Order: sequence, then structure tokens, then C-alpha cells
Amino acid sequence: MILLDRVSKTYNRGLGPSLDRISLHVEAKEFVIVVGQSGAGKTTLLRLLTREERPTSGKIIIGGIDYDKLRDKDIPLLRRKIGVVFQDFKLLPNKNVFENVAFALEIVGVSNKEIKHTVPKVLEIVNLTGKEKRMPMELSGGERQRVAIARAIVRQPRILIADEPTGNLDPKHAWDVIKVLEKINRYGTTVLLTTHNVEVVNKLKRRVVTLQNGKVVSDRANADYKI
Amino acid sequence: MKRKWITFLRIIHTGIVNFIRNLSLAVAAIAVMVVTLTIVLFSVIANATFTNTIASITNRIDISVYLKDTNTEVQNQNLVSKITKLPNTKSVQYLDKKTALQRYINQNAGNQALLIAVSQTNNPIPATILVKPNDLNRIQDLKTFLSSTDNKALQSDEASYSGDRKQAIDKITGATNTLRKIGVTAVAIFTVICALIIFNTIQMAIFNRRDEITIMRLLGAKTSYIRGPFIVESAIYGILAAVLSLLIINGLFLASNNALQATSLGLLDINYASTFFSENFWKLLGLQLMVGTIIGVVSSVIATRRYLKFKTK
Repeated sequence: MILLDRVSKTYNRGLGPSLDRISLHVEAKEFVIVVGQSGAGKTTLLRLLTREERPTSGKIIIGGIDYDKLRDKDIPLLRRKIGVVFQDFKLLPNKNVFENVAFALEIVGVSNKEIKHTVPKVLEIVNLTGKEKRMPMELSGGERQRVAIARAIVRQPRILIADEPTGNLDPKHAWDVIKVLEKINRYGTTVLLTTHNVEVVNKLKRRVVTLQNGKVVSDRANADYKI
Repeated sequence: MKRKWITFLRIIHTGIVNFIRNLSLAVAAIAVMVVTLTIVLFSVIANATFTNTIASITNRIDISVYLKDTNTEVQNQNLVSKITKLPNTKSVQYLDKKTALQRYINQNAGNQALLIAVSQTNNPIPATILVKPNDLNRIQDLKTFLSSTDNKALQSDEASYSGDRKQAIDKITGATNTLRKIGVTAVAIFTVICALIIFNTIQMAIFNRRDEITIMRLLGAKTSYIRGPFIVESAIYGILAAVLSLLIINGLFLASNNALQATSLGLLDINYASTFFSENFWKLLGLQLMVGTIIGVVSSVIATRRYLKFKTK
């Protein structure tokens, strides 16, 4: 489902690479946690997967799409296949909860009728029923993160990428978010999660990929947090 | 097709909703557009008024060709028909000796001494051909025609396009040309300034919402879907600004109508401005809408472009 072959990314030649010849293979329906200290390259890795950045070298293939052959005009189509939960939520400030989630469906031309049917269901999954009309500014951090998750999953993507989705949340809300991700994974979505949260990693008991100075230093199944 | 139609309607709807939700930003942008469009509209009206004034001045200028008393009527009529056929001739009026005298008396109605002197002599006024040219700049053609030996033989005196009158005509011609150029340049300059100010305003408004564009991009929205609502929003700015600026000018004309009628500014026909405005109201509205919308749309297309680019390195 996700294949990285000796991928490197260098922003500034003087500072060395942010990612150094990373190779990673994630199977369909897998739940993979990427851990590492700040600056280890976790966010760079996710930015490469969403094609916000291009690798300096190496090959990336996601869901059969070879990034080398991807034209600019096809990037939106790629992003529609991947659900992304950003650490800073990235909610549209001028849209309410319902509209933020609906936006993901609107851009692919889903009918209003279907949107009205689907969005409430997804909001129910993330426990946001009744808050449809709230604007992002009126929500707590946890609620905003759950809106972001709802938006990422509403199109039922085959791959969900979550960049430190618990980073800004207290333990209770953090665990709520993780439970949603687990639920989505059970429905068949491949999940790639980056986190700092030791407790989350240890409780989940999933495959853990550890990054350090831009390199994969360990890749273990059913693992604990260990750096 | 159905999907495209849904997307199109969504873009319009989102543009309108965004306009309402960003009203404070919209008010600032529209205010700037109203001021600039009003200036452009004002300069267009001022230019039209100047042009009209110039036209009415040049319309009053004619060239008098004085004919010898010894000419036969046939000779005079021949000359009239030849002048009529000249390309730069707008109109020709032939005054026989009697009519020319009557005209002279009318023109000098206030000068009793002169009128008495005239009445005591046998009609001293020659038959006259009054020629109005199409273009004062090409008056030389007429002069050349009248200076030819055959035609000169029929004239009792130099045509009135000479001496002081020549200087006056030349001065007016020079002035009208300069004024026309100034008018057109002013309108062009104001339009360019207006376009730049509006472009800057819309660019600022979009700069404030650049994160929104980036987020939409990350979610997989196509360029047209992201840009569309911004274009709709900017078009609304343009339409409202155009209508408001026209209403402002209209209000100004209504408010100052009486004052303008009482004001005399020499040759400048200020009332024409009001007439021009009301006669061309729909044309001006269309022009304003076009300028406002086009500048708004082009500005938003350019301003969103930089936030829509994909990284290439």
C-alpha cells in the first residue's frame, strides 16, 4: 500500500538530510506508528507522502501511484485518496463543523443529498453530533482534532495519515482520538500514525517504526515505545 | 455533466457565503473600489464635458468668404457648390448682399452710430459665403482652394481666416487638441491607478486567507474549485462597488443640480455633465460593472496563483 525506497530529503545542503535513504513498506490495512524525537524526520516523511514536498532522491509509491510519474494536475486526485489528519488540525476557519467535513465530499462532486446523509454519520463516529453548526473557533482542541479526523475519513480513504493527532490534547481526549483511528483501521483503512505519546504507543501494541536523525533505526511489530 | 453543474453551483454558493462571512474585509475592499471607480467615472464624465465644450466652441467658428459686387449670381452659386463639395466642408451658407447686410445689422444692434452710418450709404456689405469646416486642423485645404487665381478673382477681400481671426482659430485648435489629449490621458491614468489599487486590496484580502487556500489544496481540491469562490467574491466586490460609485455620482448630480444651473463657468458647459450622465446612465453602469468585475476577477486570479502552486523541488 505504501512503499518508500531509499528516500532522502535535503532542505539545506549545509545542514545534512532531513530524511536519509529511508525504506519502508506498509501493507494494506496495517496500523503503523512512526515515533521519533523532534527533528527526527517524522513530519518530513508525512509531507513527502502527501506530496507537499518532493524527495531529493528515492522512490515513493502509494496505492499504486508512482510519485515520479505524478503530474501537478494529478496531485489533487492523489490527495483525495489519502485522508490526512494534521497536528495543527488545518480546519477551514470560515466554515462550521458540518461544512468542514462536507468540504472533503464537495470537492469530489458528491451530491448535496449524499452529503447530508453521510456527514452526520461520520460526526457521530467522532462524537460530534449536535455540534454541526459550531465554528472551529468555538471548539476545544480535542473537538477540533475530531473534526479533522471526521474530514479525513468521510471519503473512506484507503490510507489515513495522522501527524501527531494527539500532540495538542490532554490524555483523555488523546485516547478518544486514538480509539477513532483504531476503529477506522478495523474498517479496513491503512493507518500511518506519528506520535510522541509513549502511553499511546505502549497501549496500542502495533508495528512501531523509529526514526532518528532522518534514518529508520528500528522497525518492530507489537512494539513498545523505545528510543 | 451533472457533477460539473453541482460544482459550478457550489462555487457560486460558496463565494456568496464567503462574502457574507468575510464582510468586514469585504467592506474595506469595496470602500477602496468605490472611491477609485468614482474617480474613474468622474474623469470619464469630465472628459465628455470637455469634449462637448470643445465641440460647441469649434461649432461656432466659421470662415467668411466675401464676394465681389460685380460677380454674377451664377458665379457665386458656382463657388458655393464647389466649396460644398470640398471634403472638409461641414456646411455652407450663402448670404446675398441684402441678407448679409441684415445679419450685420443684427450683429451690431447695440451700436447705433454704426447702424446710422450704414443706413446712410448704399449697402457696403458684400455677399458672403459662411463655411463651417469639419476639422479645424485641416482648414488649410480650404484656404488653398480659396487662394487659387480663379477663385481669388471672385473675392472682394481676404477670407476671414487670416490675421487676428486666424490666430484665434489656431489657438482654439491647439487648445482643443491639447485638452482632448489631457482628457484621454487622465482617464487612462486614473483607470490604471484604479486597477492597481483594487488589485492590491484584493491581494491583501486573499493574503489574509492564504492558509485557507493551502488547506484546501492539501485536501485535494482542484485549482478551479479553490479559486472559483474567490473569483465570485471579487466579482461581488466589483459589482457592488460599481453600483455604489454610480449612485454616489448620481446623488452628487441630484444634490448640486440647482447649484450647477446657477453657476457660470465661462465656456465650460457644466450642465452637459449632468445631461451626459443621465443620457448614458446604463452605458456608464455597464462600463463600471465591466471595469469593476474584470479588475476584481483578474486580481483574484493573480493573487490566488502564488498560493496554489505545487512545490517543484
